[in-house]
Amino acid sequence: MRATKNRQRLFGSRNAWIWFLLPSGIGVLIFVCLPFLDVIRRSFLTVVTQEWVGIHNYQLIFKNQAFLLAVKNTLRFTAVCLPVLIGLGLFLAVQLSRLQKIQFLKSCFLFPMAMPAAAIVLVWRMVFSKQGFLNLLLNSLHLIPESGPVDYMSTNAAFWVLVFSYVWKNLGYTIVLWLAGIFSIPTDILDAARVDGASEQQCFWQVIFPNLKGTLYTITVLSFLNSFKVFREAYLVAGSYPHESMYLLQHLFNNWFVNLELDKMAAAAVCVGTVLFLFILLLQRFWDQDGKEA
Amino acid sequence: MRIKANTNHSTIISRTGGLRPARQIQTNIRKICLFSLAIFFFLPAILVLSGTIISRYELAECLTPLTTGAEEFIAWKFFPRYPTFEHYARVLFYTPQFFVVFWNSMKIVVLVLAGQLFLAVPAAWAFAVYRFRFRNILFTLYVVLMLMPFQVTMLSNYLVLDGLHLVNTHGAIILPAIFSTFPVFLIYRGFCALPESIIDAARVDGAGEWTIFWRIGLPLASNGILSAMVLGFLEYWNLMEQPLAFLEDKSLWPLSLYLPEIHLDQAGYSFVASVITLIPPVFVFLIGQEYLERGIVASALKE
Repeated sequence: MRATKNRQRLFGSRNAWIWFLLPSGIGVLIFVCLPFLDVIRRSFLTVVTQEWVGIHNYQLIFKNQAFLLAVKNTLRFTAVCLPVLIGLGLFLAVQLSRLQKIQFLKSCFLFPMAMPAAAIVLVWRMVFSKQGFLNLLLNSLHLIPESGPVDYMSTNAAFWVLVFSYVWKNLGYTIVLWLAGIFSIPTDILDAARVDGASEQQCFWQVIFPNLKGTLYTITVLSFLNSFKVFREAYLVAGSYPHESMYLLQHLFNNWFVNLELDKMAAAAVCVGTVLFLFILLLQRFWDQDGKEA
Repeated sequence: MRIKANTNHSTIISRTGGLRPARQIQTNIRKICLFSLAIFFFLPAILVLSGTIISRYELAECLTPLTTGAEEFIAWKFFPRYPTFEHYARVLFYTPQFFVVFWNSMKIVVLVLAGQLFLAVPAAWAFAVYRFRFRNILFTLYVVLMLMPFQVTMLSNYLVLDGLHLVNTHGAIILPAIFSTFPVFLIYRGFCALPESIIDAARVDGAGEWTIFWRIGLPLASNGILSAMVLGFLEYWNLMEQPLAFLEDKSLWPLSLYLPEIHLDQAGYSFVASVITLIPPVFVFLIGQEYLERGIVASALKE
């Protein structure tokens, strides 16, 4: 009698969620949650002897030149890329929204998403090396500086190559998100504004833009988190130790991993993870607020 | 919905009749600018494609400035003097190694996507249909994990894989990826559209929870599943960080790590390998573009 009751409790409609969630939940627990707790523990220990050293590892990474350089570059990269990507994406999305058949254009802008970084690494090399296409173009326009052509990969310009390839890859994604935001604005508001004689520009600043605030927050956070994937391009064109202007946190993690400096890695993972965690919670708050307003 | 919005825009434009010719010109200029910009996004693919049919000698001629540091610049011929398929022949018939790498990539992608499907769909169902204690916390956890970059979880991943003796096997790439929470989130969207009353009605009629999931839920999830599959394919075909960290044995490497290893002397071979690498994702992109876009939008929607 009691057994059947227990059975009902477990298999009944109220608790069925357990069975649906269990397979995925166990995996997440084993592969992500528990080991991350272990990482937190390890960030307070030495690598080999596993002795407790308190916050020593944290002090170590904040004095580490490579870590500071990587943090600086990553922040700089984000500070440059996000406004460019988001601004350009919005501009193009607005232009696209005023046309009628945009499917083909959208496909074009999205196409880089389908291009594996590895397949076009050769192209980047051909474009950005000292004797490459970019300098060829500049040369034919007589824009080459006196000192001779620049090798973009091994000077400070490397940073801008990275910015370029990030924007190239993610612009379509951003445009699609903006377009979704623009098309979700009720058309009656826009119609009303136009009937009242508002120009396209007024329409944009007075009607469209204020309605896109939620989209803006979302795109910002998603692009920020996506920007970590730029490591692929950076690694492919320049290897593990690129020019110092594009030495990012991702390179650092990779190199620490290769050199088995797991103590520093644990501490850095906890720091970076915490910062990103706060960012994500911020995003969620925006989502919630948005939900309440709507 | 989107199409409707679109036509409304256009009717408004034509209704403000007086400005019509000027508007028309403006629209055309806009079109031309956008199209020329869009071509720029294709260009690398065209460049790679054109490189595959240039003969070895011509390629060497074109590309030597890159390696020798000579004064002259790189040259390129979209229409080579002697087009050839020698590079294709070399990749397809004389380089068995390439196939090993190609199938490594395929194996990883297919197994990851299949695994994700089996785990993510029920999990998404649990989040969408049931209201249980800790649901919100768990869901937040899933969202956080979905958005965390690999570098943060790299060490924790390694600790588990090392414990399970999976380092330097394909399992090291596949297993953690199967438990990615991103597809859960995407498929969850599809389930949320399901009105609660339908589920309650089914329960009253005596349908079990599993039947409801199988008969009512699954058909609704198809869009979300396809979105997750398309986005997943593009992502895992391009996977680099994980194999770089967890695979030492080069015979286990996927295409994304193998391609950059090819030296510039063998540019023709490299171009063909790149084109073959491009084919599956471009194919998926072309047939799944609608789902790709839906997936992108769904990944950014608020709960």
